[in-house]
Amino acid sequence: MSDGPPPVLAAELIRWSWVGFHLDDIRDDLLQHIQLTGLAVLFGLLLAFPLSLAAIRWPRLYGPVLGFTGMLFTIPSLALFILLIPFTGLSIWTSLIGLTMYTLLILVRNIVEGLRGVDRDVREAAEAMGYTRARQLWQVELPLALPVIMAGIRIATVTTIGLVTITALIGQGGLGQLFLDGFTLNFTTPIVVGIVLSALLAFVADLTLVGVQHRLTPWARSRGR
Amino acid sequence: MRRIRLGGVALAACLALVLAACGGGDDALEGGTQPNEQSSVTVGSTNFSEQLILAQMYAAVLEKAGVDVTVRPNLGNREVVFPALEKGEIDLLPEYNGSVLSFLQPDATQTTSEEVNTALTPLLDAKGLVALQQSPAEDKDGWAVTKETADKYGLAKVSDLKGKASQLVVGGPPELETRPAGLPGLKKVYGIEDFKEFKALDAGGPLTTSALNKGDIDVGRVFTTQGAIAENGWVVLEEDKPLQPAQNIVPIGRKDAMTDQVKQALDAISAKITTEELTKLNKLVDVDKQDPEKVASDWLTQQGLL
Amino acid sequence: MGVVNGVLAWLTDPVQWSGPDGIPVRTLQHLWYSLLATTIAAAIALPIGVYIGHTGRGALFAVNLTNLGRAIPSLGIIILMFTIFGFGIIPVLVTLFALAIPPIVTNSYIGVRSVDPDVRQAAEGMGMRGRQVLWQVELPMATPLIMAGIRTSAVQVVATATLAAFVGLGGLGRYLIDGLAQRDLAEVVGGAILVAALSLLTELVLGRVQTLVVPRGLAERGAAAAVRAKVEKAA
Repeated sequence: MSDGPPPVLAAELIRWSWVGFHLDDIRDDLLQHIQLTGLAVLFGLLLAFPLSLAAIRWPRLYGPVLGFTGMLFTIPSLALFILLIPFTGLSIWTSLIGLTMYTLLILVRNIVEGLRGVDRDVREAAEAMGYTRARQLWQVELPLALPVIMAGIRIATVTTIGLVTITALIGQGGLGQLFLDGFTLNFTTPIVVGIVLSALLAFVADLTLVGVQHRLTPWARSRGR
Repeated sequence: MRRIRLGGVALAACLALVLAACGGGDDALEGGTQPNEQSSVTVGSTNFSEQLILAQMYAAVLEKAGVDVTVRPNLGNREVVFPALEKGEIDLLPEYNGSVLSFLQPDATQTTSEEVNTALTPLLDAKGLVALQQSPAEDKDGWAVTKETADKYGLAKVSDLKGKASQLVVGGPPELETRPAGLPGLKKVYGIEDFKEFKALDAGGPLTTSALNKGDIDVGRVFTTQGAIAENGWVVLEEDKPLQPAQNIVPIGRKDAMTDQVKQALDAISAKITTEELTKLNKLVDVDKQDPEKVASDWLTQQGLL
Repeated sequence: MGVVNGVLAWLTDPVQWSGPDGIPVRTLQHLWYSLLATTIAAAIALPIGVYIGHTGRGALFAVNLTNLGRAIPSLGIIILMFTIFGFGIIPVLVTLFALAIPPIVTNSYIGVRSVDPDVRQAAEGMGMRGRQVLWQVELPMATPLIMAGIRTSAVQVVATATLAAFVGLGGLGRYLIDGLAQRDLAEVVGGAILVAALSLLTELVLGRVQTLVVPRGLAERGAAAAVRAKVEKAA
């Protein structure tokens, strides 16, 4: 029976030599992580837009859609991935489908709220000026809804970065693979590296998206944010 | 105008990501290989350190033989990984003949290496798989207790558990409760009664090790070549009745990926792996925290295989 | 579909509902981990969030904490804690704790912060000093948002307490881990449904508590202010 300070802490939290030896693997894991996140958010957006537009066009859909997607969120992500395994195996698609579903939930909610939040007067003015429905959407409503939509994209991206690590349990993982390696070998270094890198990744991604938002909404800048 | 250009750049970036995912890119990113290519092999492994070492060994000699290799280690336990082999998501797995037999045929009772291999061949054949040459090294499933527990209950052989099991907590992989060589086998072959409690932990992994050391379980399922046994001074109970089948290390691969070139390279390693050597290598990884890849390549170089 | 039948059979099997491996026991374990983590987290996070909201110091931290908190890889934390502390409940508690704190801090902060400045001025005009303003004006008015924060926290914790099974403990996550290990899809789906149901139940129960705790007049005003504040912060 071991007593006293946990032996692992007494040793070291990071063995830098291990890090040096494994830079290639770490880089591959990081790239896979970025890839999974990027694709999930992209697919989520591609699917969320038509869904959101439908929910606005037919408001009666919105309640049930929101309720259903909200329920999906309470399903543990691991269960969702496991459920997909019989269909898509241990391939990247199992992870992608699961991850995309989660981004979808966040994005639909924000896109609908954003579009709905556009001032009625503005919409009516555009209509009066002869804008077609499509032009209204693209040139008036979307730009105005952008802050809320971007907020959704930011949340979706950061959440996905966290979720990708769970896919390590089904053969993918990105940086999550480092957690499993550390677990199997009873070794803290890969775990710490994984945590730090995924936190950094989330931070950088969030910052980048804020930057993108600022570029896309020049009129908001003068409000001194 | 500016908006369109930004959109164009974003679109191009997205397309690039999608193309990379759909197979044009690095195999390590996608994590799989096209099943019909003969010259590339994906080596998988389940989730304990011995598996990681073996997978890296296979990968290293295959690479030396000029085969294009991808390694996908630490994928989970056999229930998840073996189907991946059947489906072609991986081409090669370091395995244990006894365990695979009972995985494919739960009521199997063969115990010697020859019997096990003979029974295994048609089962693998039916799935498009083939077992290559086995190695003399065996990693059998065992039951371990701490020295204190052994002394307290007078445990040296498995049959000593009879009459005491109801006071003891046993831990192991979740499948221990249902696999024939697990708890049901103890009952059937040894007549050992139900344990006080079964805790589902892992197979030869950190959970079982920690729980056994801390006393959260009294008896743990271990693999006989684990470094943790010597490190912690555990007592592995002697198998005095035939329950555990032979467990020779054997590479199992998809028939269309096991070319002569591959077979030759792997047979060369299999011949040289012994139980003692394997135990030593496990110790380097489990106890000294050395890297499985490094341990594998060092040993191969020593053996003149690299 | 065969899967649906299998799951229904699994859920209605009396074996599942009795004994130390049964659903009731596992649910209680699950709730225990969740309750412990959320309560301790609230005890720490609430004062911090309220303090930041009241004094305005550290606002940037409070606002962004939730976003950063979303990036915490729970799997990584629990594995790290296990590797350091070994088998036991500490890894689970620390992980759920880390998950529960951000929403409570942020919401408490926004709740206190977004109290109508007019109301605050009126209170000060009536002669109330800092701490009185806090206890008699800001806190009561911030209650809707604080409760919302605790609710969000609790639901997230319940959904994530499945991780306890990953490090060998109990809870409803056992069905996921054991089901995955034994390729028993019915067990996995059954477990997932149970966890989802428990999360939803938590959301509903705490929602009820919220309506009971928050004075009616505040409820409407608080919600509008919260939405406004959130959109402004996010933009």
